Amino acid sequence: MKYTIMVNEGPYQHQSADTALQFARAVLEKGHEIFRVFFYHDGVNNGTRLSVPPADDRLIQKSWSELAEKHGLDLVICIAAAQRRGLMDADEAKRQGLDANNIAPGFRISGLGQLVEGGIQSDRLVVFGD
Amino acid sequence: MSMLHIVNKSPFERVAFESCLAHAKAGDSILMIEDAVVGAVDGSSFSGKVKAAMSDKTVYVLGADLAARGLEGKVMDGIVSVDYAGFVDLTANNDTTQSWL
Repeated sequence: MKYTIMVNEGPYQHQSADTALQFARAVLEKGHEIFRVFFYHDGVNNGTRLSVPPADDRLIQKSWSELAEKHGLDLVICIAAAQRRGLMDADEAKRQGLDANNIAPGFRISGLGQLVEGGIQSDRLVVFGD
Repeated sequence: MSMLHIVNKSPFERVAFESCLAHAKAGDSILMIEDAVVGAVDGSSFSGKVKAAMSDKTVYVLGADLAARGLEGKVMDGIVSVDYAGFVDLTANNDTTQSWL
């Protein structure tokens, strides 16, 4: 079965970013396919590579990147939500005249149409958030 | 058409759980995750509403979130504990899912 997962909550906020990550792992372990993970609202903060939690804490953003690399996941960050929160890739930073970018490996910035497409192309759309 | 209702907030914090119970139809499934797992505890002021829902719906709880809050063994009879693999099965076996955020 084909899944799209929507994540609306940032890492270390409450629990939904962790739940979404563990759900994604379980979906793949069950042999299903993940068509896309779409990050919206504060969920876009799952896609920064500059987060440095204490050494004994989990690094949620890196876990997404590693899962994406291992399974070829398409991790999409909503552009409008990302711009509000200072989440940039190199192209977007250049376009905005900013001096840095912070997007984590495996993530890409795109629009809400990617969520709509995920809903159409997938058998299930499961939403995690606040 | 069966629907899986996913609830993640305590019924004592928000009305989302109560709204879910009011909207879920016979034959639907309800899964408590994150802070919503306190809704599975027997003898609370909310447990009667969950028991009433169990007359025609199946109610599940995510075992890991229950254990993280020390609530195992306090769950009312009839609620089914699932792991993440069981969570995935619930999403696959129901036609649609609704997250009550």
